[in-house]
Amino acid sequence: MPAMRYREALGLALREEMHADENVFLMGEDIGVFQGAFKVTQGLLEEFGEKRVRDTPISENTIVGMGVGAAMTGLRPVVELMTINFSLLALDQIVNCAASIRYMFGGQVKVPMVIRMPQGAGHQLGPTHSHSLEAIYLHVPGLLVAVPTTAADARGLLKAAIRDDNPVIFIEHESLYGQRGEVADNGEPMRFGEAAVRREGDDVTIVGISRMALTAEKAAEELATEHEIDAEVIDPRTLRPLDLDTILESVRKTNRAVIVEEGWPHGGVGANLAALIQEQAFDYLDAPVERVTGADVPMPYSKPLEQAAFPHAEHVVQAALATFKDV
Amino acid sequence: MEVEKKRRVAEAEGDGKGDPQRAVERTPPEDLGTEHPLPDADRCRAILEKMMLIRRFEERAGEMYAKAKIGGFLHLCIGEEATVVGSIDAMRESDYLLSTYREHGQALARGTDANAVMAELFGREDGCSRGRGGSMHLFDLERRFLGGYGIVGGNLPLAAGVALACDYKGTDDAVVCMFGDGASNQGTFGETMNLVALWKLPVVFLVVNNQFGMGTALERHSAVTDLSQKSAGFGVPGPRCNGMDVLDVHAAVREALRIAREDRQPRLVEAVTYRYRGHSMADPEEYRTKEEVEEWRRRDPILNFRKRLADEGIVSEEDADALDEHAIKAVDEAVEFADASPFPDLAALYDDIYVFGEQVRGWHTVDERSPDVHPGEQEREAPEVSRELAEAGAAYANVGDAQERRRRHREGGKPDEEPGEGESAGEQREDEGGDD
Repeated sequence: MPAMRYREALGLALREEMHADENVFLMGEDIGVFQGAFKVTQGLLEEFGEKRVRDTPISENTIVGMGVGAAMTGLRPVVELMTINFSLLALDQIVNCAASIRYMFGGQVKVPMVIRMPQGAGHQLGPTHSHSLEAIYLHVPGLLVAVPTTAADARGLLKAAIRDDNPVIFIEHESLYGQRGEVADNGEPMRFGEAAVRREGDDVTIVGISRMALTAEKAAEELATEHEIDAEVIDPRTLRPLDLDTILESVRKTNRAVIVEEGWPHGGVGANLAALIQEQAFDYLDAPVERVTGADVPMPYSKPLEQAAFPHAEHVVQAALATFKDV
Repeated sequence: MEVEKKRRVAEAEGDGKGDPQRAVERTPPEDLGTEHPLPDADRCRAILEKMMLIRRFEERAGEMYAKAKIGGFLHLCIGEEATVVGSIDAMRESDYLLSTYREHGQALARGTDANAVMAELFGREDGCSRGRGGSMHLFDLERRFLGGYGIVGGNLPLAAGVALACDYKGTDDAVVCMFGDGASNQGTFGETMNLVALWKLPVVFLVVNNQFGMGTALERHSAVTDLSQKSAGFGVPGPRCNGMDVLDVHAAVREALRIAREDRQPRLVEAVTYRYRGHSMADPEEYRTKEEVEEWRRRDPILNFRKRLADEGIVSEEDADALDEHAIKAVDEAVEFADASPFPDLAALYDDIYVFGEQVRGWHTVDERSPDVHPGEQEREAPEVSRELAEAGAAYANVGDAQERRRRHREGGKPDEEPGEGESAGEQREDEGGDD
């Protein structure tokens, strides 16, 4: 199995799907001549030409809306937005059109499109480029939401997203683009709605969202070496559809749950997941579900403040220990 | 100080912009457009018939709204028939049409069955959007009518995307996208104009300038009131036409479509028209005078076209009366059809949110309406209590078999004391609070 960077795995998925289906094309700001703000689309303009790799003006709402219109009439657009914060400019087209059109027109059309965007803190980009907003898109029926953390998942899920007939919000992470990982030799797409168990354990279930799946793994190692606690780490990989069954199965085994996300606490992914877990596995819980989230503030620029504002392994270790404190 | 002085001078000499109390005269554009020769007799008859159908349909829809058969908002296009029919008549069958939420006329002009349109307004399963969209969200894929949209300016990017698909696939199909004068102030207007000009897409934008963005008059919402100029700076020029003259609209849109299709240059056509009725049915119309409406009614697109056809011996007054009777009958039938069509099945609540292919695993949607939490996609197999609660909720609609639903929900409790259905034929709608 070859190893490659997360960004290369995404680029490979785009290339493979563009070769497989001529209706797949890319639109986005600076994806062509500039080669992509994060170099995911490097080389694709040269390979596929301007018809299929389209540099757009800075008009997020309209390029997403054009993607929706093209998807309704038979194409498979992949729209790149430079950060998840910029996607807020396109929220009208994403929510009122992409997510709703099939339903509000009685199932007459489908909207097979992918909207890619990176999120996450750690690069000192301040409050307009650093947020983690997967909870906003998770909120909306009609959208699928993917949050890949490894190179293999990035490639497999992006291929699946492009082939799927629904609008997909594909959330990458700025800090993961340079991470290396093994990808499969074959180019099979991965199924949505199948969580990955990153580490098996019997004592506590830790669910990590997006990059936080890696932070959770790191915390699990520390829990094992320092505290003799054997944590099970789950990466849901997609939030819609959600593999709730795998999470519940784990919680029923460990009787404890910690949810880790980089986004804000109110109305977050963890809040939602904690509600679902207590509704369906209440009798199995030996402790309240713990949440570890980003700070409830706009992301600050100053390096120490920024680092303090999103979860690290230490936060996760403390949250996991808290689920044992009354035992 | 100098700036302050200039401001005061501008106010003193001002044209009343920004002053809602000052009545602005909005007279019909006498000098706008040119007189065109009539097309052949069959075409003339078809155009008149279509405009009459739309007029009669809208009148009946208004009545059905007053009787609470139709919910939500209802935006009627009475007065705009020439703009609607003239432009759509210039399209090919293979062209695509997108519109705003004032689009009953557009659907009818495109050929969607009046029965299906009325059933949609009634929220029924046989509606053209299966009752999921309502008045503002009609859709007819077969006729390439790709929807009415409820967000002002929201349909422009979609139309550009459809035009992109036409271009991408190498067809010579084109797109017509209609919106009101109010939409020209949205960000999507400039963004879309720039993109379609940049990418040379085959699309014609038709501004239905009916003088008001809801209740705000054109000169109070747009600094530039010649809307055909507003897109020119972005690279999308185009003419103004007389929106009360079906042939003038037709000629302008036909030529714009030719340029878009053959020369790959997008165009914008402004049709200057007027809606006789309020923005929606919940509109007290305090922003204009009765005299103004009367002045426009004298330019009525149907009466004037009809008169010309009689004068030139194409369609006699008697024949025109027969066409009108025919339209009334078709609308009567549409009301009957809509009333007989069932409401959508409650178990279908979660249908068509997602396309299920390979990826059926997992929770796509979550039903949290009852203690029996389940994936929404399993609603049809939901536990009994979930179904009972769905029926209890639906009973608040006070329509259809509401009484039966309530009885079933109570299971052996006292049946409803109110006789009959919640909504008798004589029931009138209560005043609605606001509007969009």
